[in-house]
Amino acid sequence: MTTWVGRSIRRFEDPALVRGQGRFTADLPAARWVRFVRSPVASGLVERITPPAGSVCITHADLVGVRPIKPMLDRFDYVPIEQPLLAKACVRYVGDLVAAVLGTTAADAEDIADQVLLDITALQPVMDTPSALAEDAPVVHAGMSDNIVVRAQMCTPGHAQAWAAADRIIDCDIRSHRQSGQPIEARAAHAAWDSSGRVTLTCTAQMPHLMRTAIADLLDMPEADLRVVAPDVGGGFGQKMSLAPEYALVVWLARKFRTSIAWVEDRRENLMASFHSRDLAISVQGAFDAQARLVALSGDVLANVGAYAPYPNTAAVEPLMSFAELPGPYAVAEYACLARGVVTNTCASAPYRGVSRPALTLAMERLMDKAARSFGLLPEEIRRRNLVQQFPHTSPTGLIYDTASYRETMELALRVADLTRFRQRQVTARVEKRYLGVGIATFCERTGYGSPAFAARGMGVTPGWETVQLAMDPSGFVEARIGASPHGQGLRTTLAQIIADAVGIVPERVRIIHGDTDRTPYGWGTFASRSLVISGGACLIAAQQLHTRLCRVASIMLEAAEADIELRDGIARVAGTDRTIAIADIARASYHGAHRFAESPGLQETASYDPLGTFSNATHIAFVDVDVETCAVRIERFIVAEDAGRLINPMIVDGQIRGGVAQGIANALYEEIVYDEHGDILTTTLADFLMPTAHEIPPLEIHHLETLSDASIIGAKGLGEGGTIGAPAAVLNAINDALQPFGAELDAMPATPLRIHDALRAART
Amino acid sequence: MKPSSFTHHEVGSIDEAVAALARFSAEGGRILAGGQSLVPMMAFRLAQPTHLIDINRIPGLDRPRLEAGELVIPACVRHAGFHQQVIPGPLGDMLATVVRHIAHVPIRNRGTFCGSIAHADPSAEWPVVLVALDGVVVARGVAGTREIPAAAFFQGIMTTALAEHEMLTEIRLPNAAAGQRYGFCEHARRAGDYAQAIALAGWRISEGVIRQARLAIGGVEPTPRRLPAVEALLDGHAPNDALFSEVADAVAHCVTPMEDPQVSASLRRDLLRATTRRALQRACA
Repeated sequence: MTTWVGRSIRRFEDPALVRGQGRFTADLPAARWVRFVRSPVASGLVERITPPAGSVCITHADLVGVRPIKPMLDRFDYVPIEQPLLAKACVRYVGDLVAAVLGTTAADAEDIADQVLLDITALQPVMDTPSALAEDAPVVHAGMSDNIVVRAQMCTPGHAQAWAAADRIIDCDIRSHRQSGQPIEARAAHAAWDSSGRVTLTCTAQMPHLMRTAIADLLDMPEADLRVVAPDVGGGFGQKMSLAPEYALVVWLARKFRTSIAWVEDRRENLMASFHSRDLAISVQGAFDAQARLVALSGDVLANVGAYAPYPNTAAVEPLMSFAELPGPYAVAEYACLARGVVTNTCASAPYRGVSRPALTLAMERLMDKAARSFGLLPEEIRRRNLVQQFPHTSPTGLIYDTASYRETMELALRVADLTRFRQRQVTARVEKRYLGVGIATFCERTGYGSPAFAARGMGVTPGWETVQLAMDPSGFVEARIGASPHGQGLRTTLAQIIADAVGIVPERVRIIHGDTDRTPYGWGTFASRSLVISGGACLIAAQQLHTRLCRVASIMLEAAEADIELRDGIARVAGTDRTIAIADIARASYHGAHRFAESPGLQETASYDPLGTFSNATHIAFVDVDVETCAVRIERFIVAEDAGRLINPMIVDGQIRGGVAQGIANALYEEIVYDEHGDILTTTLADFLMPTAHEIPPLEIHHLETLSDASIIGAKGLGEGGTIGAPAAVLNAINDALQPFGAELDAMPATPLRIHDALRAART
Repeated sequence: MKPSSFTHHEVGSIDEAVAALARFSAEGGRILAGGQSLVPMMAFRLAQPTHLIDINRIPGLDRPRLEAGELVIPACVRHAGFHQQVIPGPLGDMLATVVRHIAHVPIRNRGTFCGSIAHADPSAEWPVVLVALDGVVVARGVAGTREIPAAAFFQGIMTTALAEHEMLTEIRLPNAAAGQRYGFCEHARRAGDYAQAIALAGWRISEGVIRQARLAIGGVEPTPRRLPAVEALLDGHAPNDALFSEVADAVAHCVTPMEDPQVSASLRRDLLRATTRRALQRACA
């Protein structure tokens, strides 16, 4: 009976986007433009701010009654930290907000901002975790006893015994250097005050409802007086999930000056002061038995979380996710871990597609390769012995892995890869001084998790569920208003496919309404690979309710038993007969002839869905050619075998994988945010922060398994982040494989030519 | 990332451009040709010229020509103009090879050969070609025209022998005779990125041995340069891999590489060694 789910129909989003008819925040005209004056020093005391004569310059002193951003975590081991919208007395990183100036155009505002004189007494900054943890380190936030903002620790009861009985212990220390998940559209906000006192904030957001709540709370205004609109949004990757203090300031300015105010972030600001991520050092030690089975795992996670805590996830998101998910797809029973988040004088770290999993997967996959070498096994063989194969599986941290295909997916990737042939070629190539390598990464991806998972983290704001309001109008078209907030994921298409099948109409008759707090029910937006599973689940439930209602009305109109009504292709039919009525006619009658039916008038259904979560899984295999003279890495071939359950739209799924893998390769080889020892940021242009282009990303070979899990009512698992999670480990394992003849090892990403060069030199000496 | 304000002057002739430059150069007037380096610098406010003298509409500056055995490249010839051979023979072939390393197609469509020379970015390709071939830079100021030899033109990172009030009007490159060989190699992080090492080799083979060897490097030191001492190692010898390795080592040893966060001096030296050897090999291909 499925008609639309599983088909690669073209995205409804694209005709406007590819014709340049998208509607973006920066397209809106504004009366005034704001430019933010940012700190040029990493740590300092603001002595005086001197604006040019006649300018409008807002500083902290002007923000009377405005609250600081202070996300909360209900855990004894978490220290909440405050971020004033504009620096109160201290600046804590290069890019910290100091003042806001207004101009008639963006260029005018920038001219004025250039003339604001800042008198700041510079202090010694702490830039990395070792110096932040030093005994005599200055504290980034006065009042904290040290720079540790979260400290989580656990040890399973049998860990020590398993450790003692192990055949051998394998160590692996990985370093994930700081990243920024660059959206093609940087952040932007436009706030328009109207004479009723209401403000409409149009902004690049992934969570419009929560932005409204957060800004209303900060500014102490009624939430009803603020409308938040996320129009077309050019990518987010997490950066537009967390609350930008700039957005709250733009709303404040619009109310203060009773006008429209715009801010369009430039790339320099984005690289400097939008959220960073992935600044992690993870040490793992694996205790293996004589059969190379991982019997106990110890982890130590150190996260440099930057100067402030992002709302709503807090500064604990990266260390705590590493802590909870480190064992990955492996069936290890005993686990000990210490995870710490450390504040420093750097830009705040926040979720970026994959969050800490690219790093923890790198740690586990490097560990497996090192252990394989120690046991004299092939990398695929040690994984066969350790992957979870019995489902459901409960991890040592209490996560429940639903039905999946960790082993089968890896075997699928291996069949495609034909490693036997590759390894022969590798030997031949070495004779010609060409160094080829292959790297495997297997992982599972926790997706589509509802409020129980967030509640377990102790988040003061506990996201998770999604609601949809579904209405069939008198013309027979369906409007689905969702709380999710897609910004490139194609939900207008995939949700329409789900609804179309459940109702019995074509997807072209379904409109998905999102990204407007006036038009959509409260919801959590789009992040954490959740929207298709959760919002899609809610859509399915509501569409099934609508289906039931349509059948009831049709049964009266067709004078047949309700159970005999079939809805398909826009037609209601009495099964096995030629008695039919168009669904559009049922819709018309439900409104204009409601008196005929014992129903509430109209066709509106509401449903919510709040699942526990579901794990998709994948294996990535990278083939690289390392030029040991220039230390350049070329990816020759890249295979992805993915199991994300039911594919709603395979084309969109493959697009998600391609984009994710591209960002994963970027992580593995190119992108890095660099600060110097004084705290200055060195990577503020895309000539310094190297995003890969089409030249650097190889064609991907993508294969699917579709294991259906009852953890997702639509049968689909999330996969929005998987590409970023597996690719770095696959590429790093491949580089290490290529460098084996030199005895060189590299466990830091990005694996830049400089790091490869250093690794080769270290191996030589 | 909005430029600070400036006045845009469109000029119709080189004389007008030079006059405008004489008037405005002291207060920050600059020539605008393709703008592919200047305009981004203005967006970053690293450059804040108060006057831009736009030479794009001056007739006759957009086509290279052969004149008295020299390829003359006027001020508005775009990089993209070199995708096809500008002249038949080895020089046109070499320029068509080099141009494919310059940034990306949209930048090549706008950016100019002479602009790249005047900008004097140490990682740019055309300056290496200019010094390898001992080309000539023609500069015009209110006082008249002068010719600056390539070896005297580049003085430091983005610093040249051009006076503030002078406009670079054209570049002259000696044409190559049939039988001339070139080999070019550069290393960059991504396709189209700023080069981290560039080598351009050229010679003729006569009676099985290398004659009139030229070897120029770029992207490694603040300015590109020819390496006569190393060229001497090539002259009179039959081309072979052992010789090229020896020459590449010699090149790597005779430079003082720049350092930046992406490339240590040691890595840059190794990059130059590899690009040099590959450029020499390509000259044989």
